[in-house]
Amino acid sequence: MTDTNRELTELTEQGYKYGFVTDVAEDRIRKGLDEDVVRLISSKKNEPAFLLDFRLKAFRHWLTLQEPTWAKVRYNPISYQDIVYYSAPKPRKKLASMDEVDPELRDAFAKLGIPLEEQKRLSNVAVDAVFDSVSVATTFKKKLADMGVIFGSFSDAVKEHPELVERYLGSVVPYTDNYFATLNSAVFSDGSFAYIPKGVRCPMELSTYFRINAADTGQFERTLIVADEGSHVSYLEGCTAPQRDQNQLHAAVVELIALDGAEIKYSTVQNWYPGDAEGRGGIYNFVTKRGKAMKRSKISWTQVETGSAITWKYPSCILQGDDAVGEFYSVALTNHRQQADTGTKMIHIGKNTRSTIVSKGISAGHGQNTYRGQVKIMKGAEGARNHSQCDSLLIGDRCGAHTFPYIEARNPTATVEHEATTSKISEDQLFYCRQRGIKEEDAVSMIVNGFARQVLKELPMEFAVEAQKLLGMSLEGSVG
Amino acid sequence: MSQGSNGTALLEVRGLTARIDDKEILKGLDLTVNPGEVHAIMGPNGSGKSTFAGVLAGRDRAQVTGGTATLDGKDLLALTPEARAVSGLFLGFQYPVEIPGVGNMYFLRTALNAQRKARGEEELDAVDFLGLAREKMKLVEMDPAFMNRGVNEGFSGGEKKRNEVLQMAVLEPRLSILDEIDSGLDIDALRVVAKGVEALRSPHRSTILVTHYQRLLEYIVPDRIHVMAAGRIVLSGGRELALELEKKGYAWVES
Repeated sequence: MTDTNRELTELTEQGYKYGFVTDVAEDRIRKGLDEDVVRLISSKKNEPAFLLDFRLKAFRHWLTLQEPTWAKVRYNPISYQDIVYYSAPKPRKKLASMDEVDPELRDAFAKLGIPLEEQKRLSNVAVDAVFDSVSVATTFKKKLADMGVIFGSFSDAVKEHPELVERYLGSVVPYTDNYFATLNSAVFSDGSFAYIPKGVRCPMELSTYFRINAADTGQFERTLIVADEGSHVSYLEGCTAPQRDQNQLHAAVVELIALDGAEIKYSTVQNWYPGDAEGRGGIYNFVTKRGKAMKRSKISWTQVETGSAITWKYPSCILQGDDAVGEFYSVALTNHRQQADTGTKMIHIGKNTRSTIVSKGISAGHGQNTYRGQVKIMKGAEGARNHSQCDSLLIGDRCGAHTFPYIEARNPTATVEHEATTSKISEDQLFYCRQRGIKEEDAVSMIVNGFARQVLKELPMEFAVEAQKLLGMSLEGSVG
Repeated sequence: MSQGSNGTALLEVRGLTARIDDKEILKGLDLTVNPGEVHAIMGPNGSGKSTFAGVLAGRDRAQVTGGTATLDGKDLLALTPEARAVSGLFLGFQYPVEIPGVGNMYFLRTALNAQRKARGEEELDAVDFLGLAREKMKLVEMDPAFMNRGVNEGFSGGEKKRNEVLQMAVLEPRLSILDEIDSGLDIDALRVVAKGVEALRSPHRSTILVTHYQRLLEYIVPDRIHVMAAGRIVLSGGRELALELEKKGYAWVES
């Protein structure tokens, strides 16, 4: 190995900075999945009958399904009986305030840069922290409650607002939706819930931070956000996991409901452990995210996907009401042996519905990056419009970029546009930067950030800075 | 031998040879540039002018097979491209590349601060940098609208060259090598480029103009002119050499 290669290897291996494991006492159930496990999860959480019923229906349906194979990703078969479906950090006692959160947990989140202390008011972000299967802390709960905003763990919402949960759970992603969403519906353990009342502009960003810690566990969280008429909310989601040799399954479901005139902005920076340079370990990320947009409402998805060994994810919008707007802005980066098959679905049902898709795929190392998107204009969607732009950037010559747009227009007045480009970081660009004094790794990071700018500028400020750093970090070791 | 009067040349090239694939392009090139001097290297297409400029800046398209090149006594050929830039070498590109989405001013500030940091100098903050950039943009008569556009993104040929001169003016290199900076420029742009070069002229800095035409030399008066042919400098002289070349054509030196 040459010196340069060794340096690059070292850089690559230190690339993932969130690979630590926290030592907390866990309450975990036995491995494997059957009806008893589903019942056990439900009883551990003291759930009402409707929820157990929902889980059982989902589980029975799941038994009839086959794992989908249409995505352009390859991975070893997942052994669903080897997964632990419920693991929670054992609380030492009932928490009366944030100060009583297990110091180990608090440390873990501090290392991740997630402040759980209420006094960090300046950051103006309310955080719900989910550790393994359970929400451990929610900040600013009281301040939000003063405005009628409900924000906290899914479990709390089930206890305190069962009518809202029963009304909206499964209304956008039914339990029959797809293999992974159905599995999630049966075994989900926790997640975040938000409700923004009529006409309220949520005064701060709402944020959920997901952390997988325990070994051999799957994380199946469920997020439900309801924005009532004329309300407005911006929601952030971040995720990390320890560095382990085994693959871990993450199968989440996110449902968004934007009622008439409401607006939901949902931003994700996904940084699950991606596996090592040879493709050992890493998270299998199979996620179903979908929003339903009623009249004059708007749902905007922004995602920066840098982690996971496998990403299988299509945040979508059902543009149900007239004049509804759907947006999808995505940066997906695959380095080493990572594979991503990601994109969106825009289903135009209402009149004059509009959608925008901007997808930026970056492939380095042996990374495989696929954009898969569907634009569907239904018969009644008079005057519907879509614009899609899919750009791919290749770094090196061992990676791949693929684009699969599916377009279906059943209304002749609709306008659908699709643009796609593929480019490479050229020797000329790198030399130009280096001649001006910029180091090669910094030059790659700068060029990639430039490529992704159109998407990054859609992120809330705090997240944009983090995302930029993350892109540079994820590419360490990709040149040379 | 045109050794500097005080014996401390800024750039000293001796017997430089380089090849691209199997073809020898530079065949033993000698050049001495003293502080404060402006040199012009002229020659027909294919004589190796651009390869020479690239080799000095560390472009790996050509492989150096022999000879030496020092900047301020430092072995240039042992340095990475970025280290050469930090040492004060600037290459004005014949075809400046586009870097979409990277703001022009962001790029320039990153470059300036990377160089300053490597030299152990304090980095400029956004405000100080903006002041400096504005002043230099005035010098090259550049519309402030270019500040936030992507690096060379959608710039015309002339705008790209003007941007090169702006970068040079901000980075204040010890040695500027301008490769065909005049190609594709109208009279107006030529005048601006010349103004930028003249503004940098000082007893400490030097410039090498690589050009095919003597037109540029009507705007920038060089101290020395060299004629390259077949990978070597075959003739050196003063201003009058350019006029003679203009009259007789390159066939005169190639024969």
